[in-house]
Amino acid sequence: MTAIALDRPVVGRRATRDRLTGTWTMIKLDLRRERVPLLVWVLGISAVAASTFSTIAALYPNEADRAALVASIAVNPAFLAITGPINGTSIGAVSAWRVGAVGTSLIGLMAIFIVIRRTRADEETGRTELLASAVVGRAAPLAAAVGVAIGASVTIGLLTALAGIGSGQSALGSIAFGAAMAGCGLVFAGVAAITAQLAENSRTAIGIACAVLAGCYGLRAIGDVQNSLGWLTWLSPQGWASHISPFSQDNLLVLALFLLVTALCLLAAGLLLEHRDLGLGFFPARLGPATNPRLTGPDALAARLQRGSLLGWLVGLILLGAVTGGVASTSTSLLVDNPQLEDLLAKIGGAGAINDMLLATMGAIAGLVIGGYAIAAALRMSGEETADRIAPVLAAAVSRPRWMFGHLAFVVAGPIVLLTAAGLVAGVLNGLQVEDFGAGFAAALGAMVVQIPATLVLGGLAVALFGWLPRLAPLAWAALVLALFVGQLGQLLQLPQWLMDVSPYTHIPLVPTQDIRWWPLIILSAIAAALIAAGVVGFRRRDVG
Amino acid sequence: MSSAIDVTGVVKTFGSVRALDGLNLSVATGEVHGFLGPNGAGKSTAIRVLLGQLHADSGSATVLGGDPWRDAVDLHRRLAYVPGDVNLWPNLSGGEVIDLLARLRGGINRARRDELIERFELDPRKKGRAYSKGNRQKVAIVAALAADVELLILDEPTTGLDPLMEAVFQDCINTVKNQGRTVLLSSHILSEVEALCDRVSIIRSGVVVESGTLPELRHLTRTAINAELDTVPTGLAAANGVHDLVAEGSRVHFDVDSAELNRVLRVLVEGGIRSLTATPPTLEELFLRHYGDQVDDTPADAEGRTQAAATEAAQTFGRHEVSTR
Repeated sequence: MTAIALDRPVVGRRATRDRLTGTWTMIKLDLRRERVPLLVWVLGISAVAASTFSTIAALYPNEADRAALVASIAVNPAFLAITGPINGTSIGAVSAWRVGAVGTSLIGLMAIFIVIRRTRADEETGRTELLASAVVGRAAPLAAAVGVAIGASVTIGLLTALAGIGSGQSALGSIAFGAAMAGCGLVFAGVAAITAQLAENSRTAIGIACAVLAGCYGLRAIGDVQNSLGWLTWLSPQGWASHISPFSQDNLLVLALFLLVTALCLLAAGLLLEHRDLGLGFFPARLGPATNPRLTGPDALAARLQRGSLLGWLVGLILLGAVTGGVASTSTSLLVDNPQLEDLLAKIGGAGAINDMLLATMGAIAGLVIGGYAIAAALRMSGEETADRIAPVLAAAVSRPRWMFGHLAFVVAGPIVLLTAAGLVAGVLNGLQVEDFGAGFAAALGAMVVQIPATLVLGGLAVALFGWLPRLAPLAWAALVLALFVGQLGQLLQLPQWLMDVSPYTHIPLVPTQDIRWWPLIILSAIAAALIAAGVVGFRRRDVG
Repeated sequence: MSSAIDVTGVVKTFGSVRALDGLNLSVATGEVHGFLGPNGAGKSTAIRVLLGQLHADSGSATVLGGDPWRDAVDLHRRLAYVPGDVNLWPNLSGGEVIDLLARLRGGINRARRDELIERFELDPRKKGRAYSKGNRQKVAIVAALAADVELLILDEPTTGLDPLMEAVFQDCINTVKNQGRTVLLSSHILSEVEALCDRVSIIRSGVVVESGTLPELRHLTRTAINAELDTVPTGLAAANGVHDLVAEGSRVHFDVDSAELNRVLRVLVEGGIRSLTATPPTLEELFLRHYGDQVDDTPADAEGRTQAAATEAAQTFGRHEVSTR
């Protein structure tokens, strides 16, 4: 009896340690599996951060230039929504603002993808089962994945800080900036650790985590535009990164928020992990129908596989439309009691022009996001093939083009539906705020739907890759990253025009700031149609599986 | 039309690997044809060529009188397929998958579907991700057997099934056979092949090295002889076709090429037979004879071994040609 009583606390401590047995080996495995994506993420984000310091220094060499930029951003709700305010006029502060706006979300995406691919996705395929039968603690795969994501985030933070110091910025500011970037990676690694426990499949886990990331971005955007809702920025990691205010106030205390929330998330994930079975989600599995008369053919199957994600995106795009319409409506009120800025405003073209600029910019963002949907919808075909679920369908009386058709319908109609929905919501909200409802409605709707041809080009590219070079199909994502890079930083980094022209989004007119030009839209649509047709031809000719 | 499947000289390479190296395969209409071979011999590759999912580099393949690549859709109305490794959609129930695959093929025989689900004791309401390997396999088997088709192509369909379900499966295949339908059954469960198949083809390194009815195949190999004699005849060791002779006093034990059996028995008779047992080779022995040397296969010298295997296969093939003459 005494022996057992004495042993108890030891057992408790040992149990905790046992759960993490094998973590180091798992980390090495994860590093091996993720080595290419890790390299791309870490070097890509760090390189953009590093180059921004020198570009800002070259473009805005004088304090006065930068002060003008800061002032013009402060009155432009489009920029406030997308990038947040600039905290200070030093080269460092402007660079931190420019990188931080997108960089903090990118680093969060990286963390989400690493954690879920190396936890839930491995569990889904049964690889974790194989590993867990060896001497590997229950929490080791999660701890290793989170460890790798945190390591990658900290590496990016360090490289960013070194780049700041190397370009002659203040050391404290550089470190604060690097820490803010890394902090966002930490928090979303924690968020992904939780969603990996909740959802039974990795697609859902990634979807929920990305929705949280987008939601946090939206909270910051609303908070930065609407002064009365400024507190919302404190609910968002991207907002904290801005509150640290690197190179200006360097509020290092805010960093504690990142650490605290990450720790809480990891604790929650650990508790959830303790209370669930390997391979299953947190919610009990449900039974399905024993028979289904509506699942009649390849199109019905494709619809069944694609509809869930389309609905998720639809909710997101309606929210984006609401934010766009809502924020646009406040753009004029923001300036009412600021006579100092009237001058600046007049130079840009008046309140109406600012409103149009905001709509056009939000449309461009929506276009990029929906480009991602089009690629994901097309790569669903790739997923069906690599999971070997295509063989039984093609072994039935289904031709290959017939099989593709249902998926292609989503690749083409999905972006149209999503951008139109966002445009309608934004149009109604915007129209209600301006004098002429019809004009306001058309301006917001046009800003969204004008993006459709560019999204179809990206979807078509993914289809063509799937048809001809199935192994390289995921490279379609690289095209989206290139378009994002060119669109967000192209002008700032003064990239050559030919490189800018590679992105289909470069050719989309900035409706409603610019007049609509039909030819680019028609040519882009024709390119998309040709890419899709090429994909169908390629898939007919190649080996399957 | 007498043959359901006719494959001549099909070659399929993946990069530098020759998965099929001049494959010949003929399956007559109405027969259950066993397709035997070790892992990686090219069985699944051959089946996927027959399904029009892989395009053969050269050679010709005919399925139900059509070109499996060009006429895939029309042919697939007339055949059903069970993959060796069944992957289901995680969010579709087993019943939904069975319905879907049947409808994709042109229609469903609901009574047969329900009967099969009952016989295989499958819960059709479970989602794809919740099934065990055996149950996933059952979903594909039920979908295939419920179809009114002329040809069933089954790629190791019973891996993961328990012995009771294996018996149900064999029963179903016998019914299919009695209906005059054709079955190509890839397997390495030899008892299953012995119980079900009219003819067998053995594939190795992408080439069919043996093909024929089981008695024919047995004829091509050696019979084990155990005999007790008055005296061991002096000519026995030197007799044509005698292998591995062991003599312990008046007892002898040896293998004899089946084609030489008659002559060797005459030699034995000279020694005065007191007791004699002759054991025909089991399918397993046939199989091991071809693949036994792969047991100690190591990746390190895989290339050399493939070479040796090909040579051995060629010799095996050659010897049979000599012996059947």
